[in-house]
Amino acid sequence: MPMNKTQLISWLGRLNEVYADKKEYLTDLDAAIGDADHGINMNRGFSKVMEKLPTVEDKDIGTILKTVGMTLMSSVGGASGPLYGTFWMKGGMLLGGKEELNSEDFMNFIEAGVGGILQRGRPNLGDKTMYDLWAPVLDEIKVCVAKGDDVSSIVDASLPVAEKALADTIPLQAKKGRASYLGERSIGHQDPGATSSYYMLETLKEVLN
Amino acid sequence: MKKLINDVENVVKEQLEGMAIAHPELTVKFDPYYVYRSDAPVKGKVAIISGGGSGHEPMHGGFVGKGMLDGACPGEVFTSPTPDQMYECAKAVDSGEGVLFLVKNYTGDVMNFEAASELIAAEGIKVQNILLDDDVAVKDSLYTAGRRGVGVTVLAEKIVGAAAEAGYNLEKCSDLCRKVNQYGRSFGVALSSCTVPAAGKPTFELGEDEVEMGIGIHGEPGTHRMPIKSVDEMTQYAAEQIVDDPAYSRTVREWDGSDWEEKVLVDEPFAKGDKVIAFVNSMGGTPVSELYAVYRKLDEVCKDKGITIVRNLVGPYITSLEMQGFSITLLKADDEILKFWDAPVKTPGLTW
Repeated sequence: MPMNKTQLISWLGRLNEVYADKKEYLTDLDAAIGDADHGINMNRGFSKVMEKLPTVEDKDIGTILKTVGMTLMSSVGGASGPLYGTFWMKGGMLLGGKEELNSEDFMNFIEAGVGGILQRGRPNLGDKTMYDLWAPVLDEIKVCVAKGDDVSSIVDASLPVAEKALADTIPLQAKKGRASYLGERSIGHQDPGATSSYYMLETLKEVLN
Repeated sequence: MKKLINDVENVVKEQLEGMAIAHPELTVKFDPYYVYRSDAPVKGKVAIISGGGSGHEPMHGGFVGKGMLDGACPGEVFTSPTPDQMYECAKAVDSGEGVLFLVKNYTGDVMNFEAASELIAAEGIKVQNILLDDDVAVKDSLYTAGRRGVGVTVLAEKIVGAAAEAGYNLEKCSDLCRKVNQYGRSFGVALSSCTVPAAGKPTFELGEDEVEMGIGIHGEPGTHRMPIKSVDEMTQYAAEQIVDDPAYSRTVREWDGSDWEEKVLVDEPFAKGDKVIAFVNSMGGTPVSELYAVYRKLDEVCKDKGITIVRNLVGPYITSLEMQGFSITLLKADDEILKFWDAPVKTPGLTW
């Protein structure tokens, strides 16, 4: 089954709730190795997305995704603002006119989004950033699409990969962002950006099932 | 947390509202946030814009005015501003001579200013951005996001602002800014954490007898902790980190008019015979009296190293909310730098 617009809107709504619930948790993760604002910023960003959503929810999926991207870009700030802003915007630029996303559309969305993260942040694998989660997830998505899975199965299969990737950020020493200034002291902490990215997949699974 | 706030959600907004009332020579916009000289755009003048998270007052909004910044973009507390702020600010202050962004090297600031530069260039406005990265506590750029932009930002805003006021074009302003950055180095020490209003609790816990060395300006922990020592010992430590710092090389990205260009920049260490501007800064919670105790020792250390302080700035200019602590910045000063340092400035945070 392709992913339809109603599911996309529910996904964004649930993400808003999740970032409100996890505001303190994400901020605590960030306080350990960053500057203690990630949860606050994500919560602010998705609250703004909810304010904007009614103006575009009858438009095509590309327009909705671009609006999410623009809103996050202009309300989140920090590093995650431009990174998530670019992620959603790049997806939106590809999916103009679409009313639903089949497996390949979904893969193209994530691939373009991750490409945006790479272009803006220039992370390498192992730098302890959200890219450490998205890189293996994108690989898994590609494998699933090659097998002919539908969007829901793709997300089901990606979640354990994301979960492992998230745990794998714990022993890494950060080389990007504020956390990099801690050097070895950044080891032993889960990356906040990878964590907020994980919620995107976890919430999507919930919505699709 | 004890702070003078009404509602945590509105901290930055209400502070900006107060600033607008207190300083009618500045114009403050709220959707999105930016502050600019009420007389901008100034005909024939390159516009100098800076920005960063709030919580570092008087930087940057307090440095808007004649002889310094044309505009400033405040983010949320300790969070970089967003590209739409810089875009609107640039459009408000550009006189046609172009805008120069002074960007502190923090991942978020860099990315947001890069996104803004692309938007502004697409509008046909000439734009250039120079990264400020003077914090010697960060030893490399291979395993980190590179040196943070700290104290030298204040000095660069003053010097480049004066040069723009004197008629330097965009390219000359950029060259001067790059030089100031390469000539300046800083180191910071925290005696206490600060509390971000939205977080409501101190960012880190520091024992009564501990200090955090090599901090940035966002309440983030430094490179290491040590037992508190006398002001002379801590000053000597900080000053030596700066004066004895070896050559530093890194790759920066600058906008070449159509795309991002990578440049390798190398700073040379301080040498005997150098003249410097010395800047002793409070992180917000340390009184100026204690800064003078730091300055006293700094002067002695510089003399021992054969370095002459020819100008100074002592006070809270780039703060970290209510954090106790100080930072030292030394800037090698040639005739061009001194001329623009001495030029008149009239802003809420700096005037002579």
